[in-house]
Amino acid sequence: MADNAMIKVMHLTKRFGHFTAVDDISFNVSRGELFALLGPNGAGKSTTIKMLTTLLKPSSGKLELNGHNVVANPDLTRRSFGIVFQDPSLDNDLTAYENMELHAVMYGVPHSETAPRIEELMRLVELWDRRQSLVRTYSGGMKRRLEIARGLLHHPKVLFLDEPTLGLDAQTRTLLWDYVGNLAKEKEMTILFTTHYLEEAEANATRIGIIDHGKLLVIGTAQELRQETNTNSLEEAYLAMTGRELRDEEVDSHEAWRQRQRSRNMR
Amino acid sequence: MRVIFILWLRQIKRYVRSRSRVVGAIAQPLLFLLALGYGLGAVFKAAGRGDYLQFLVPGIMAQTVLFSSMFYGAMIIYDRQFGFLKETMVAPVSRLKIMLGGALGGATTSVFQGALVFFIALALGFHPLHWVMTLVALAFMILLAIAITSFSSGLGSFVQDMQGFQAINQFLVFPLYFLSGALYPLDHVPTWLRIIAEVNPISYTVDAMRWSMIGTSKFGLSKDLIAMAITTIVLITFGAIRFRHIEA
Repeated sequence: MADNAMIKVMHLTKRFGHFTAVDDISFNVSRGELFALLGPNGAGKSTTIKMLTTLLKPSSGKLELNGHNVVANPDLTRRSFGIVFQDPSLDNDLTAYENMELHAVMYGVPHSETAPRIEELMRLVELWDRRQSLVRTYSGGMKRRLEIARGLLHHPKVLFLDEPTLGLDAQTRTLLWDYVGNLAKEKEMTILFTTHYLEEAEANATRIGIIDHGKLLVIGTAQELRQETNTNSLEEAYLAMTGRELRDEEVDSHEAWRQRQRSRNMR
Repeated sequence: MRVIFILWLRQIKRYVRSRSRVVGAIAQPLLFLLALGYGLGAVFKAAGRGDYLQFLVPGIMAQTVLFSSMFYGAMIIYDRQFGFLKETMVAPVSRLKIMLGGALGGATTSVFQGALVFFIALALGFHPLHWVMTLVALAFMILLAIAITSFSSGLGSFVQDMQGFQAINQFLVFPLYFLSGALYPLDHVPTWLRIIAEVNPISYTVDAMRWSMIGTSKFGLSKDLIAMAITTIVLITFGAIRFRHIEA
């Protein structure tokens, strides 16, 4: 199990000034797993993903991805994963195909393989006919599909999906989970995703971690979580563990950045 | 190299597709040429300084390069707001290549804008001394463009919003421009102004461009070249260092 771990998180902590966003979290994700990270807004999910994807440096703790030390070897780590962000990260003024091409070059996909791979993936997400359209003309769902295709272009070993189905219709959600499930099973891709749709986690995840106030509360299969809390659904188990009070909106990256600047200035 | 090229190409494609940017960036220099060239031309001539349009055109070309190159930093802020910056930040490429690709793309488009102003000026009656010597002006425009796009990438990497960026434009770039030799000769200005102009890289760019296009120079070409080479190295270094710490 330990040798098979594609993601290793060891005593991970992130502080912004006096605020501890992620508090001593440890877990492993094995090859081919579909791991769900759940938690209320502001729980620390996005901060954890940012640290795993080299966008943010941990305050302390150790991170390994595909055997690479994330902090010490950011470029090797970056080659190993693909990510679909919560918000779009496409260039609206380029065509869909150009967005794919740019990604292929940045990830060093061999020139001869670039065109066939782009075609295969764009057909898969059913955007091939619209490849020459500027991305600004795409709907939200189309953008998300394109981002998923792009995230897979360099054949990553690990795929991060940060709320991949937010704002998508049922048809697209079903297609997406079918495809993602296949990637995990057939290509042994390791997938870590976050979602607020608990039924999606229940139906698709091999294991689930619930995080709140920066701490990892529990980790296990949906069934284990239900048994542990003596409840009938993951949703009930989740509410039993995280409570029913409403949370403030999660600090977005800009706000986190400002907080960091402020704390930097104070030092 | 392919990474720098594709990021350069991205800037070119975006520029070509945005007609409003092309037109907008030409409107301001055209206004300066018409208002100042014709408004102050007679006074300039009466003072025995010759044709003001001839004197002014190199300054306005430098202005165009300066402001469009500064605009490149604003594009980084847009990239952050629209999320594309994150895509480049998780890519396994050095930050230096990302910065250089974009900055060179921005520099290419701003030199192109400067060249457009040159052709507009020709239509208005400007005539360079020697056509071949004009290439020296082009070389200095390229240096200025690379220096300023590197500088503005550095700014764009830590200034968070357009307001902050505009403030830097207002308090740093506009003064630098108006307190250079771009719009008036520096030989009879008060000492304080002369001192500012003499530590101001814009003055040296404009001076070299005048040397090559109308045959007058205050500092001499070698001094211009040394000043601009130093400026370019310093600003590329600034951009590269700041960009290393960029956060999406």
